Order: sequence, then C-alpha cells, then structure tokens
Amino acid sequence: MSGFRSESVGAIDRARRLNFTFDGVPYQGHPGDTLASALLANGVSLMGRSFKYHRPRGVLAAGAEEPNALVTVSRGPGRVTPNLRASEVELHDGLVATSQNRFPSLAFDLGAINARLKPLFPAGFYYKTFMGPALGGKAVLWNRLFEPLIRRAAGLGRPPEEPDPDEYASTFAHAEVLVIGSGEAGLRAAFDASANPATRVILCEMENDFGGWLRNAAPGSADSRFRDEALATLCARPNVRMLARTQAFGMFLQGFVALAERVTDHLAEPAPDLPRERLWQLRAGRIVLATGALERPLVFPDNDRPGILLASAAHALLARNGVIPGRAIAIATATDSAYDTAHVLREAGGNVVAILDLRGASAAANAARAEGFRVETGVTLLGTAGKNALKGVIVAPVAQGQRQGPSETLACDSLLVSGGFTPTLHLLSQARGKLRWDETLSAFVPGELPEGIAIAGVATGDFPPAMRGAALGLLPGNEGKAASAFVDFQNDVTVRDIRLATREGFRSIEHVKRYTTTGMATDQGKTSNIHALAIAAEALGQSIPETGHTTFRQPYTPVTFGTFAGPHRGAMFEPTRLTPMHDLAVTQGAIFEDIGQWKRAHALPRAGESVGDAVQREARMVRETVGLFDASTLGKIELIGRDAAVFLDRLYTNPLAKLPVGRSRYALMLNEAGFIIEDGIVARLGENRFHVTTTTGGAARVLHAMEDYRQTEFTDLDVFPASVTEHWAVIAVQGPKARETIAPFIEGIDLSNEAFPHMAIREGRFAGVPCRLMRASFTGELGYEVNVPAGHGLAAMEALLQRAESLGGGLYGLEAMHVLRAEKGYIIVGQETDGTVTPGDCGLDWAIGKTKPFFIGQRGLARPDLVASGRKQLVGLLPDDPQLVPEEGAQIIRESDPSTGVSASGHVTSAYRSPHLGRSFALGLLQDGARRHGETVVLPMPGGRVTLTVTAPVLVDPEGRRLHG
Amino acid sequence: MLLIPCPYCGFARPEIEFRHAGAAHIVRPEEPASDAAYAAFLYERDNVKGITAERWRHVHGCGRFFNLLRDTVSDRILAAYKPGEKKPEIAG
Repeated sequence: MSGFRSESVGAIDRARRLNFTFDGVPYQGHPGDTLASALLANGVSLMGRSFKYHRPRGVLAAGAEEPNALVTVSRGPGRVTPNLRASEVELHDGLVATSQNRFPSLAFDLGAINARLKPLFPAGFYYKTFMGPALGGKAVLWNRLFEPLIRRAAGLGRPPEEPDPDEYASTFAHAEVLVIGSGEAGLRAAFDASANPATRVILCEMENDFGGWLRNAAPGSADSRFRDEALATLCARPNVRMLARTQAFGMFLQGFVALAERVTDHLAEPAPDLPRERLWQLRAGRIVLATGALERPLVFPDNDRPGILLASAAHALLARNGVIPGRAIAIATATDSAYDTAHVLREAGGNVVAILDLRGASAAANAARAEGFRVETGVTLLGTAGKNALKGVIVAPVAQGQRQGPSETLACDSLLVSGGFTPTLHLLSQARGKLRWDETLSAFVPGELPEGIAIAGVATGDFPPAMRGAALGLLPGNEGKAASAFVDFQNDVTVRDIRLATREGFRSIEHVKRYTTTGMATDQGKTSNIHALAIAAEALGQSIPETGHTTFRQPYTPVTFGTFAGPHRGAMFEPTRLTPMHDLAVTQGAIFEDIGQWKRAHALPRAGESVGDAVQREARMVRETVGLFDASTLGKIELIGRDAAVFLDRLYTNPLAKLPVGRSRYALMLNEAGFIIEDGIVARLGENRFHVTTTTGGAARVLHAMEDYRQTEFTDLDVFPASVTEHWAVIAVQGPKARETIAPFIEGIDLSNEAFPHMAIREGRFAGVPCRLMRASFTGELGYEVNVPAGHGLAAMEALLQRAESLGGGLYGLEAMHVLRAEKGYIIVGQETDGTVTPGDCGLDWAIGKTKPFFIGQRGLARPDLVASGRKQLVGLLPDDPQLVPEEGAQIIRESDPSTGVSASGHVTSAYRSPHLGRSFALGLLQDGARRHGETVVLPMPGGRVTLTVTAPVLVDPEGRRLHG
Repeated sequence: MLLIPCPYCGFARPEIEFRHAGAAHIVRPEEPASDAAYAAFLYERDNVKGITAERWRHVHGCGRFFNLLRDTVSDRILAAYKPGEKKPEIAG
C-alpha cells in the first residue's frame, strides 16, 4: 500500500523532522505523529503478524482499541516495552520500534505456514490435541514438547530481560467530580462542574491531547473553536486538574478509580527526575463517563489485510497526522458517518474510488453521488485481494440478505470500514453498572447506573443520526467462507470458530469466549465483542439480550507492572525492622536472615569459618560456657487491669489466675478448635500487671486476638493490652556461666537460685538502667532474658559481650538457637505445629490447666477427632547415618518398601547437626509416635531411602538439671 | 477499595485501614454443647449471595471491632454497628 502525507491537512509540525526506526529501517516523521501514522505516511502498512496464523496485519484503529499493530519499543537496556499499540505510541526523535511474532522478518514470516494449516487449528484446538497421552499421571508431551513450542510460536512481544531502571510514582487524589474523556461531552461536563470554584474537578484523557473527536474538526471550524475556548477556560481554573496521557483503567465502587499516567515515554530525552509512569488512586464524589464510542469493523472473508482501517481511524489519522492511508480508497459502510470521512479525504487530496453502502438507498448516498462520488448501495463484501497489502475488494449486490448477481473486484489499496458504533462502557460495567441492549443501535447502552456515576455524550447511546446503523456478524453471501472471516483480530478468532463452539455445546457466551478465546486478547475485544456476540446469538438461535454479554474487567488497556509496583521495589518493597543491637551483629560478622520484616543474625562466622561450622561452635559454646542472643524481635505485650489475670487465664491453656507476682509460665494459646496457634511466656509483674512474650511472627496476631476477646466477648473484664515489642531490647544470656555473666551489671535483684529460680521475673537495674530480668531458657541451660529499654540495648549488649568473652562465651545466632532448642525437644510454633497440632500431640499436656472451668480451645480439645487414637505426635528421630541431616518436610513412612498408595505416617519438622550429641538428629510428627520409641522408620528421598530410629523428643538433659542449676 | 464506615470514629475510611475479621454473630454454644453444635460453631458458615453480616476491625485507626452489613453482590455497605448491638433489619 502507499499511504502518503496530505499537503494541507493535519495537526503535525511539518517544519521539524523526527528520525525513528522500525525493524531497523530508518524513517522520518513529524512532531504530532504516532508510530502508526508515521509508518503509514512512509507507505508502510504491514505492522504486525497475527497471534495464531501469523497473518500479515496493519493498523486498524487510531487509538487504544487497536488490535493488530502491536510493537515493541526499546529505550535501552531494561527499557523494553512489548505489545504497545502503534496507534498510541507517540513519535519522538530516536524512537526504536520493532514488530512482533514473526521470524525471520515481518514481510517473510515462516510462522505464516500456520495459516495454511488453518483447517487443523479449530477452536479448542489445544485442548483437543495436546492433553494426552499421560505417563505416570503427567502430561509429558504437553509439558516438555507442546507447551514450550506453542509458547515460542504463538505470541506477543517478549518481555524485557534486564531489571527495569525506570522510576514509577504512585499518588492519591480526591475530587468532587472526575470526568473521564475530554471529547465534547467531557469538556462540557468539566466546564459545568468546575463553575463553582470550591468543586475540585479532575479531567483525564487517555490520548496525548484533549478534545476527543473534536480534534478531527477543521481548524477554525465551530467545533475547533469550542475546543480551544473550553480548554483555555478549564486550564485557567485553579480547581481543575487536567491529566493527558492518563488512562482510567479500573473503576471500582464508591467513586474509586485507578488511573495510569504515562509521563515520559513520549519524550526523546526525559528529565532524569521524572517517573516513567504514575499510578493515581483517586476517590471522586461524582464521576462523569464521557468515554465516547468505538467504531466496529466489518466481518467478511479476508477482512484483516493491511490497508483495511476503520473509517473513523482514517478520519483521525488525516485530521491529526495529515495521513491519507492509500492512493485508491474504497469505503464500506453501514453508517452515514463514513460519508463525512469520504468528504474530508477528498478535500485533503485523497482519491476515494467508491463508497460501498451495505444498506439501501439513502439521502446520504444520493448527496454523495451528486458530488461525484461513485456510490454503490445494497451491496455486500465477499472478500479482498492482496497478501501483505490490500489490492482490491470484492463486491456483489445483495437483497433480503441474499447475494444477487455477479461480483466485481474493485481495485483499491485502502479499504475503510464502518460497521456501526458501540458506546464505550467498559468502566461503567467494571463499576457494576448495568448495560441494556438497544435494538435500534445494535449496541449496548447504559442501563441502571451505580450511585454517583453519570454518562455523557455518545457513550449514553444518544447517537447523532450519522452514527446510527449497523452491520453485525458475517456479511451476507459468505456462508461457505466463515473460516477466513475474522472476528477477533488479535486472537485470530473467525466466524467458524464461534459457530463451532456453539455446535460443540457451549451455550453461555462466557464459555464461548473462553473456548474460542474471542475477546480475551490484550485489547479485550474492544472492536470485536459485539460481532462475536451477534454471531453466537445467531448460531444459538436466540436474541442478543438472551445471550447476554461477557464481563468487562480491569484494566481497560494493559498497564505495566512498574505502574502497579510504583516505588515498592528492592529495599522499598516492604519495611525492614532492625533490633537496637543490629549494628553490633553487623560488626561481629553476622549473616542475616529475614524473619518476617525482621533481620535476624543467622550465625556469626569468624574469619575463615563456614556458616555451618559457626553454628556448631556457637551451640557448643552455649552448652559449655555462655552465649548471648539478641531476642529483641520477640513480641512483647504488657497487660494491665484488675482482671488481667482472669483474662489471661481464659486465653491461655495454663492456670494463670493464681500465678504469683514475680513468677512466669511457659504458656500455650489455642484457637477455638483446640489447635496450638501461639506460645510464649506470661510473667506477672504485679497484681494487675503482666509482661507477656509472643513468637517473633505472632506479636501482631496475639494482640489482635487479645483485643478481639476483650472487645467482643469478655467485655466485662477490666484489662488493657498494649504492644511493647519495640520498647524493650532483649538479650538472652544462656549457659552454665550465665549467672556469672550478668551478675556484675545487676542491681537490686538477688540472683541466687533460691531467691530467683527458673521462671521467675524481677524488676531492677542493669548497669544503672531499668531492667526486667526473667529467668527463662530456650536452650535447656541456665538462662536469663535481660530486658532493657530499647535505647540502651546496644550498650547493654556491648557490655555483656565483653563480659561473656572474658568467660569464654560470645554471641550466638538464630540457627544455633534452633539446634539448642531442638535438642531439648522445645517446639517452634509454625515449625513443629501447622494449625492441626494439639498440646497433647507435642507432649505439652502439662501446660493445660486440668481444673480450669474455661479456656479458649478447651471444648475444641474434647472433640472426637482430637481425643481419638492415631494422632501424630512429636518424636525425636536419629538417622542411622549420624552424618546425615534429613530434609525438613520429608515424609515419614513405617514400611521400608511401601506399595503404591501407602499414606505417609508423619513428617520431619526440624533437623540439625548437634555438637553436643556429636551426630545429626531430627524432630518429627509421627502417627502414634509416643508409643513408637525404638522403632525404625523410613524417609523415601530422591537419593534413596533414609532410615531413622524413633526416640523421645528430648535428647539433652531430660531431667532438666542444667536448666535449674 | 471500599469505603468503610467505622461506628466508633463516625466516618468512612478506606478499606486499607481495616482488617476483615470473619462472619459476625457467631457465638460459642452454651455448655454442655454437642459435638455437632460445636463443629457448626467452628466450621459451618453461610456463603451468602446478598446481605451478609461480617466483622471488621479498624486496625489502623481506633482499633475497635465492629459489625458491618454488606451486600455481597453489589458490595454496597448497608449498616455498621457495634458488637452487642442488634443486627439491623434490612430487607434483602
């Protein structure tokens, strides 16, 4: 084809030239061009290959609804954006664009063989062909062969492989009125709404300039003057915010709208401080949808050749970009609006060879004939000639839906089509507004509107006479050629595919959509859905309202991941929580691991030491001398109130109502079903004051649960819980020399075993600062937990470290802590438990107050399944190979050679190497485990089976002598 | 994103300030409760197409738990009320 530039018409800057490349070939365009218009002006009409059949395709539309001309734009490494619509890509100097889905080149594409094989690719082809055969339950051929092949062959552009170096912004906004769309109706709505200076109005427009179809008006015309004046007024009003290049892509309830603003992609050299795109999360009191209408193409054989455009697109390309799409233009229409396009094209120097009116005689046709146009009325289109470019259109007379007489091939290199208009109501539908089928327009129009949403302009369906008229579905005379009449251009869905789906029993339009994939491409069927619906309805022998329509979903046009991610990437992905002693751990060489948002020291290897060796050294050190552990991440809740004791007694399994002041208990929290959800220490500081610790991950959850019961069930109790997690820095001092380590710093607390036994708590001073000192152990050794105000945590740790090192001790990390606690059979909630584990399953029956009248989960524990035999119970596991550390999560079976279908009897929950035992060990949950001590069990692992001996879960100091020392 | 009215704060705030807290008006059965009654309390929930009563907590606001009547079809919020208050009668 040979599109060319009009010498007189078009809002481009002819004085300046912009250089760009498409598939490596250099071209020139002008400011004001889109990639599509610049290519057309350079005589390039072949812009892409279709998804499935690799058919040559050109640009169809002038805006966001474009289904064919998808391109990849590269702005350098990591700045590669695939699947952009050439009709929306603004030209700038140096633009680098490439076509997609072709090999080796756009003009000669090997994948086009698929088009020859089209009879083999009906709707549901993949489902029908590639599901079998299965081997051992796996679709081997599908997984290994077909899917990778299809993914490579079919498709869209490739995503960028490097990290995205651009910045993305995110902002919130509020407005009394949001107007979406800046055509005539949108400008009027914004103008009226903003007359009151107190009314904040936001006008958003997805295109690069405001005005919608007013931009097609001739300079100096009444429409053009109206646009200029309205824009000048709106820009001058301080209560109006105008957002161009901003797509309202998602509309939700209660006036909530998501906008994507393209900030820099249209600039050759954007300022470095600008974000590439900006996400707007906007709440508006009232929304006016002035979203206009989209023109529909025509459905007939080979209706997808490059050179076939929507008539409205040709009008816009001429007015905005000065582009005339061909040297010999035919226009096929079911509306009068295409006659206007014929006029403006001729005035701009275009050669309109014929107007083919699919309807009968009309005033518009007669008027056009009088002006010298060749007009044929009452015709149908039977096909097109050409391959990579259009060469002609085949026309025949039609009457009462039947072809009459011989056909004529009309030579043309551009065919403009108008199959009628559809109000753009995607956003209304997203916000759960209702659509109503209008038989006279052959389109869906607004039905019941949600509160606060109004529709303005042609989006209401109140079309001017020129926009009325429709040619739905396959044009008459083409019954035998349904397989080459395309409905959904982007997904290559033909009339035959839709009919086949209905024949195969798909009656719901939602099922027809999924089976044929019509309307499921990145354009979501903006130009095709109504045709697809009409074809399905006809095939099903029912009306369109009976058939219904598919659901419109966000986003209206594709939105980049960058826009959604905004600044929340890398270190900004989520908050990082550091303990007050973090810097000390850093200087001590800690390797950190993420526990929720916390950074915790996994181990602190010395120079030349492996992480594994460090863990072994640290664990041995705690058993032999003393270790210091940063336990500040533990959740801490302080409860006060006259009924705090009663409250805790109800929430935890343990008897806590009569817990003496100065004492603490290891306590379990269950859910209503009776399963362990949390553990920690409940310590009584005073008659009406408690200090409660939780797991690191459970702090917020426990406080939430406490508030829930306090506010909604135990409302008569006087109790107030408050989080003090970040108020106290906590240092666990553990090991036979723990008392010696802390003694020099402690004031006002008698540390003797008699005065301060295991599970006691005292308040005093640590090196002069207030201190809550707990005697507690998660290692099985003599242990203390030193709580000092967070601001003193670092100094306290530094002082203790110096002292500990003088006694042969030092810091230990999370992994050594795990080894030590597992050797003692101490559980980690969430590791030994998974929401189906009771206290009894873990050997923690002793933590349940047997005589308590009530606690959360008490009734749950009495349920039949929880008291039945055969429950999984916590056991120790010693591998026969003492060097082998089994994998956590490995399934335990009791037979060494199980037959297929044998269920696992349990699983490994924790596994470590123990320096104290000089061997590996594990904890696990095993069916009836408590009475299987001494039995041999098996882990079936990929490298062969692992055999282990079941033991009691406590492997170190079962009598607890070290603990109480 | 929903705008949720908090009956304690007295105004509607964006959904991100709140946390959903399950079905409302689920009460632990009086003892002695049958296993069936207790199982129903634990696990049996309505999956309403229409008006449902649910609990929310204004967790990043006043911290209070409250009840909400919401139409699951339209997501329209019909009433917000405090725990212990009677469920408002709304024709659904």
